[in-house]
Amino acid sequence: MNRSELLIQSSQQKILILDGAMGTMIQRYRLTEEDFRTPALQDHPKALKGNNDLLSLSRPEIIKAIHEAYLEAGADIIETNTFSGTSIAQADYGLAHLAYDINFESARIAKQAAEAYTLKDPDKPRFVAGAIGPTNRTASISPDVNDPGYRAVTFDQLSEAYQEQVRGLLDGGSDALLVETIFDTLNAKAALFAIQEVFEEKGIPLSPEEGGVPVMISGTITDASGRTLSGQTTEAFLISVSHVPLFSIGLNCALGAKELRPYLKVLSENAPFLVSAYPNAGLPNEFGQYDQGAEEMADQVEEFLKEGFVNILGGCCGTTPEHISAIAKAAAKYKPRLVELEKIGDD
Amino acid sequence: MTKIQKHNTLKLSGLEPLIFTPEINFVNVGERTNITGSKKFARLILNGQYDEALEVALDQVRGGAQILDVCMDEGMLDGVTAMQKFLNLIASEPEISRIPIMIDSSRWEIILAGLKCVQGKGIVNSISLKNGEKEFVHQAKTIKKFGAAVVVMAFDEDGQADTYQRRIDICKRSYDILVQEVKFNPQDIIFDPNIFPVATGMDEHRKNALDFFHATQWIKQNLPGAKVSGGVSNVSFSFRGNNTVREAMHASFLYHAIRHGMDMGIVNPSMLEVYDDIPKDLLQKVEDVFFDRHDNATEDLLDFAETVKQTGKKEVVSALWREDPVEKRIEHALVKGIIDFIIEDTEEARIHLKNPLKVIEGPLMDGMNVVGDLFGEGKMFLPQVVKSARVMKKAVAYLEPFMPQVGDADYNAEQSSIKKILLATVKGDVHDIGKNIVGVVLACNSYQIIDLGVMVDAQVIIDEAIKNKVDIIGLSGLITPSLDEMVYVASEMERQGLKIPLLIGGATTSRIHTAVKIDPVYSGTVIHVTDASKSVPIAGESISEETRDSYHKKIKETYLQLRVDHEAKQQVKQLVSYQEAKSNPVYINWENYHPVKPAVLGLTVIEELDLKVLRKYIDWTPFFSTWMLSGRYPKILDDTVVGAEAQRLFKEANAMLDQVIAEGWLQAKAVVGLFPVQREGDDVRILDLEEKETPFSFHFLRQQGKKGKGVPNRSLSDYLHPDEKDYMGGFAVTAGWGIEEKLKEFQATHDDYQDIMLKALADRLAEAGAEYLHELVRKELWGYAQEEQLDNDDLIKEAYHGIRPAPGYPACPEHSEKRTLFDLLQVEKQTGITLTDSYAMYPTSSVSGYYFAHPESKYFGLGKIGEDQVVDYAERKGVSLTQAERWLSPNLAYNPSLAAQEN
Repeated sequence: MNRSELLIQSSQQKILILDGAMGTMIQRYRLTEEDFRTPALQDHPKALKGNNDLLSLSRPEIIKAIHEAYLEAGADIIETNTFSGTSIAQADYGLAHLAYDINFESARIAKQAAEAYTLKDPDKPRFVAGAIGPTNRTASISPDVNDPGYRAVTFDQLSEAYQEQVRGLLDGGSDALLVETIFDTLNAKAALFAIQEVFEEKGIPLSPEEGGVPVMISGTITDASGRTLSGQTTEAFLISVSHVPLFSIGLNCALGAKELRPYLKVLSENAPFLVSAYPNAGLPNEFGQYDQGAEEMADQVEEFLKEGFVNILGGCCGTTPEHISAIAKAAAKYKPRLVELEKIGDD
Repeated sequence: MTKIQKHNTLKLSGLEPLIFTPEINFVNVGERTNITGSKKFARLILNGQYDEALEVALDQVRGGAQILDVCMDEGMLDGVTAMQKFLNLIASEPEISRIPIMIDSSRWEIILAGLKCVQGKGIVNSISLKNGEKEFVHQAKTIKKFGAAVVVMAFDEDGQADTYQRRIDICKRSYDILVQEVKFNPQDIIFDPNIFPVATGMDEHRKNALDFFHATQWIKQNLPGAKVSGGVSNVSFSFRGNNTVREAMHASFLYHAIRHGMDMGIVNPSMLEVYDDIPKDLLQKVEDVFFDRHDNATEDLLDFAETVKQTGKKEVVSALWREDPVEKRIEHALVKGIIDFIIEDTEEARIHLKNPLKVIEGPLMDGMNVVGDLFGEGKMFLPQVVKSARVMKKAVAYLEPFMPQVGDADYNAEQSSIKKILLATVKGDVHDIGKNIVGVVLACNSYQIIDLGVMVDAQVIIDEAIKNKVDIIGLSGLITPSLDEMVYVASEMERQGLKIPLLIGGATTSRIHTAVKIDPVYSGTVIHVTDASKSVPIAGESISEETRDSYHKKIKETYLQLRVDHEAKQQVKQLVSYQEAKSNPVYINWENYHPVKPAVLGLTVIEELDLKVLRKYIDWTPFFSTWMLSGRYPKILDDTVVGAEAQRLFKEANAMLDQVIAEGWLQAKAVVGLFPVQREGDDVRILDLEEKETPFSFHFLRQQGKKGKGVPNRSLSDYLHPDEKDYMGGFAVTAGWGIEEKLKEFQATHDDYQDIMLKALADRLAEAGAEYLHELVRKELWGYAQEEQLDNDDLIKEAYHGIRPAPGYPACPEHSEKRTLFDLLQVEKQTGITLTDSYAMYPTSSVSGYYFAHPESKYFGLGKIGEDQVVDYAERKGVSLTQAERWLSPNLAYNPSLAAQEN
């Protein structure tokens, strides 16, 4: 059985657990500028501290330890340390040229950790999702209020950067790809376009049922208006990305579990794919920190477990292995959302 | 288990979804943003006037377009750049980008450029087999990667399909390639099987329409999932310049094409006759041509077109309808709003049917149903419907003396199966334009309306509802205290065991208020109605025996969900303490500002404002929106959809204004007061002319929402000097004296149209009076802006210094302050305007407010406030906390104590 079949099979049996925040865990290590510099970057002119993706090259053992902590907590799927792994996002640090290496190495580290845990308990296979972040530029919103027609990035630039990232993630051994924290659907469409281009070039089928690498999508509802930053409703977002036979669609970040519920319901009722959710640990307090505890979050998550809204569950900003462990315990009590696809013509 | 219908229908998206459910009869594509089809749009784009080009797009959306076609194919233009620029600009306009985009080009590079700019799922228009399979497959694969639907032209290597067989052959071949080879979702395929002109005189064009109909039907039956689209105006190409014939052809073609399965298309709504209104002889000739019924069909239509051209549309029509049978004549009079013959036609019908009730339930109701349907389909507009209702009322009034009375042999208490709806504006509120419009629209849809008028006590509503066995109660209100009164009426209905559905409407009402406050206290169906056109389906569903139970359940569930979501949002909303809010006021550099002392302190009374002058100050945009015609004046007059109706309405409004002025129907009065004041925190103490204390104080409220850096927590008090003496003012103006007398005349003749028109005009004159007074104050009475030179447009845009917010408006939503304002200005004595218990002004056409002069002063919304401020406010005003919470209930960020809710 290949990896895609195995992942599909697991998803039918249980609610799959995704890992939690990478950044929150990295903060615990209290790293300095030196930790971010590989030997080749000793004389790099720009400050690199905060470029967490770079740690996959400079301090791979830290990244691996974090993966292991989440695997230990019960995660079935861990995300690669590549949220800002495009040449576009890395350009801020003057490191656009390292984009491929960051993705390749990050995938490799995660893969090693996942394989070790699969060996320990073959009945609980672990998977690696290559994380594809939104970049720091928007393709359908102008950053200049006085010039609404202006764009800081084009579809073609995004697509090119994403293709490079996807190649690195696949070459490094990712079992799936996760386009996440989508606040502008046009960026996500560029990522989906790039994925299709790379699959075509590598001869990978698009549909996971035909053995293709599963593609997962996760959007971000930015506030209580119920819309993405670029203005789409949840259902419009779903329609806009449904042209690819996705493995899953879901929501992450920006909101806590409780606030996410109404929008998950929309996906649960309409998506012909699996549904995922990985909320933040509540809403940030006045200092921008997340103080929702593991149990409180698990209680809130349980609300939509009860209603059978989700297939894949995890945590975003502010979540830790404790949160994932609590969520995994809660999820073990419930069945995954079951979808029956009715194929009906309109005549 | 969640059942998901995977590929069951075409789904598109802009910012919002557009799903081709079976209920959607036909999707209209807005095409005024097609450079090849619209001269105006072409000119704007070629001149680089993109802002105005965006307005064209906005007009399309507001006119009801469900998809926006954008085409930049023009020889003089860099199409790629223009497409990118326009789509990027559209993306910044949520009202436009709400709907899906159709990227229309014959050039592949422009299509690609367009696909890279839309975040939603749009449509590419178009691709075809014109240059062979290889290119077709490549283009389709690319479009699929972008996730768009596609229009496929019936076109192949040999040219455009011009016969039935060629159409279906090419569509079949295209479909098979797309579905089997490209793996395109069949639901995302839209065929354009070529609408070609008919009646060209050439034999090979005789079957153009028929072939299209048949090909459409064949596609829908044989190519599962595929949709059909087309550009309708092509069909009438031979009759350019003869709009009567063209409009009839478009309507008939569309009618038949939809029946054969056409799903969507490009139709210019202003070039479309109502199908049922096409004169029968013209329709016959048009359809003879479409269906190629005989050899002379084209000749006959051409001959007929000549006569229509010569005599003009109106005369042909008016000459014909009087020949119809009486039922048809009544229907025609109702649809066209023609009042001239209605008495004689009604009398004829009464003699013919031998029973006045049968005339009402028969031809009159049938005719009104036609009107209701046309309105529901967007084929008639509100002012036309109100005219129809006027005809109806006149006919019913004529029949009334013939109706069987109590005691007559043929009297039957349950005479009629007609459903009854009771309407009332709740106690404390006097506004009724909206309620009357709803009444008219419902009456057009076979409901009997029992209108209890304004200021109606809860018990009267309930008693009348029981006595008349009504099927629905509809409550209306415009001012915020009416919200509480509606909750009270609902709770009384519950207590007294009523079960009938309750409809909630009016400017101040909202879906969320209905869900959170009204729905929980009444176990019957409670529904918020956003506007008159929505009232018909809602009334229908809530009382029809088949639907009422499921509808009740559905609405209750929806509102419950709204409450849950609302509560979730409440907790998301962050407030700062009142103390913190006070320490973050509007920043004003007082050192550089010296308050201007008004030239005339104290009261100035204007016994009679000249209506001729006020007329120039009218802002017409709200007038049109009263009539449910949306759009900004004066542009609305040229709107493609409502323009013609707006022009007619505008003309009639001005004709009535001429009469109002010449015959003195209305009188306008006003009082203005300017005073020295001393601010104390968020209170303002009014001083007398010797600058001594008076008993009058205004109490203002302060925003408490958490603000970003540099954004103040505003209060109106911020615009007054914090320590030193400053000045503020107030005013009240009415244009409503004399209106009752005139309204009685209209009511006696059952003329709702004139009734609503006069009320709407009086409202506009009162607002114009407020605008005029404000200018007088700025330039003379206060005189802080003596140099100001503004035209009416600038006034509407508020391009002047200073504001005139009214108690009850967003910046100062607490209505009871109006009492203080009225006492201070002696409004009752000086102008006769009175206040109801709920602080509504009578006459209704009145406006009051405060004056603030500081150049930094701005309108804002208070938003939600916390309990700390409400406690403070109650103390400042010297009222109980419960009282303050009731007054401020729409603004509370918390749930007030139980005691407050029960009172």
